[in-house]
Amino acid sequence: MIWMRECEVAVVGGGPAGLSAALEASTLGAEVVVLDRDDGPGGQLIKQTHRFFGSRAQHAGVRGIDIPDILTEEATEQGVEMIFGAEVAGYYPDGVLTFKKDQKWCKLRPERVIFCTGASERFLAFPGSDLPGVYGAGAVQTLMNVHGVRPGQRVLMVGAGNIGLIVSYQLLQAGVDVVAIVEAAFDIGGYAVHASKVRRLGVPIMTRHTVTRAHGQQQVEGATLMQLDEDWDPVEGTEQYVDCEAICLAVGLNPLAELMWQAGCSMAWIPQLGGYVPICDEDLQTTVEGVYVAGDASGVEEASSAMMEGRLAGLGCAHSLDRVDSDRYRQRREELLHELAALRSGPTGAKIREGLQKMQQAQPLRQVLVEGSDC
Amino acid sequence: MSEYRIQQHPILQFSLGRRVKFYFEGEALEGREGEPVAAALHAAGVKVLKYSAERERPRGFFCAIGNCSACLMRVDGRANVRTCLEPLREGMWIERQQGKGDLDA
Ligand SMILES: Cc1cc2nc3c(=O)[nH]c(=O)nc-3n(C[C@H](O)[C@H](O)[C@H](O)COP(=O)(O)OP(=O)(O)OC[C@H]3O[C@@H](n4cnc5c(N)ncnc54)[C@H](O)[C@@H]3O)c2cc1C
Repeated sequence: MIWMRECEVAVVGGGPAGLSAALEASTLGAEVVVLDRDDGPGGQLIKQTHRFFGSRAQHAGVRGIDIPDILTEEATEQGVEMIFGAEVAGYYPDGVLTFKKDQKWCKLRPERVIFCTGASERFLAFPGSDLPGVYGAGAVQTLMNVHGVRPGQRVLMVGAGNIGLIVSYQLLQAGVDVVAIVEAAFDIGGYAVHASKVRRLGVPIMTRHTVTRAHGQQQVEGATLMQLDEDWDPVEGTEQYVDCEAICLAVGLNPLAELMWQAGCSMAWIPQLGGYVPICDEDLQTTVEGVYVAGDASGVEEASSAMMEGRLAGLGCAHSLDRVDSDRYRQRREELLHELAALRSGPTGAKIREGLQKMQQAQPLRQVLVEGSDC
Repeated sequence: MSEYRIQQHPILQFSLGRRVKFYFEGEALEGREGEPVAAALHAAGVKVLKYSAERERPRGFFCAIGNCSACLMRVDGRANVRTCLEPLREGMWIERQQGKGDLDA
């Protein structure tokens, strides 16, 4: 049996971006349904035991795991309907979303849709990298912090960005040895506070090093590390064997944009934002009318900006549904853009700012296409 | 007790389901009801979840959120089940899948 219904706004993904989008749109009076394939809200936040850095934005100092409850409670008060265990698999040209729930395919026809699907982890190719025991850093976080299972007793971490550093610290908290953190770049990418925390606990951070091989027949038993030269090639003779049962890859994320490809959104390749992202305007509306995007799916950033983006997209939807007068819309929009600009200021925001600039340069393409289709 | 299960954690408390028995390749193992099948297997020390289609390379847990397909297994006769998401239930029959799996079974 096919279940089909309509709603005003559908939000795909109930992480920080999706929950915030739902909250903003519903507060302004729109009817909102959130679909998430997980069995509860929060997205990536449910495994983040550390206190959030997030600059001036709300929730700084709160542990990531506590944020979903705060947002969900507010959203529920606003009458947002949330459907969990609902994996969205398609968005059709007639604006119908199809999702699988309890082994059944269900349909929803929203007037507006906001994709807040987050990102997926990047892989690194090296001999043996397909062996069991090589994990994404987020996977290790899920296994450990959600399910209470360690990946092994000795772990090698690849990548010294914030994720690599934070997950290393969480491994130590779970009683696991982190044999080393290797980082190909000259510098540690993550915040100094996170780096010194793991260093104090005796974990070496080896910059200009990478993993060149995972050893083991059926599963990881060790790894070879090598130093890199100026051209980022491994230096012969610097091979170093480490004994480990697990290798954890923290080498970045790619936006989960499949549904937006399917919706026919114009996409742009912007490495600073994590790969292919939908081209969108300041309201975060993509090139397909009524289709919005927010959070890591629109460019990999962090949770604070994901929440602000969610708000912005929710506001845009409510405005396009005539739920908010133009003055209030403009004022709120300024507020949110201002918050986002603050989050993206300073040296840590440089990469995102560059990415967004590229996005703006990609903008004319949309104009051309729109004008082209008019004549 | 499994060396993989975290017994004590400075921040988290794990509310695990009741102990249930399940079968992996015919062997009886114990896990916690409602946890993902792959987590239960991992806790029992099983890391190889399937073999790849062409070269029959072993595959294990990789993304944990249903994005990749490294953990596809045969569960109660159903092929291609994402065991990183599938909740464990009493008496489940879990098998390693060879290659692409057979939909008719
Ligand atoms: C180790 C680690 C540490 C971090 N630390 C910080 C920090 O200290 N501060 C900070 O601000 N940020 C931090 N971040 C980043 C932050 O977690 C993310 O930027 C943020 O969660 C992105 O929010 P989102 O809502 O866009 O996506 P997500 O949180 O990824 O949520 C996406 C949701 O969409 C759902 N979904 C995806 N596809 C579908 C589909 N087809 N159908 C239905 N549902 C779907 C998923 O189940 C998920 O619930 C950290 C990330 C990691 C991995």
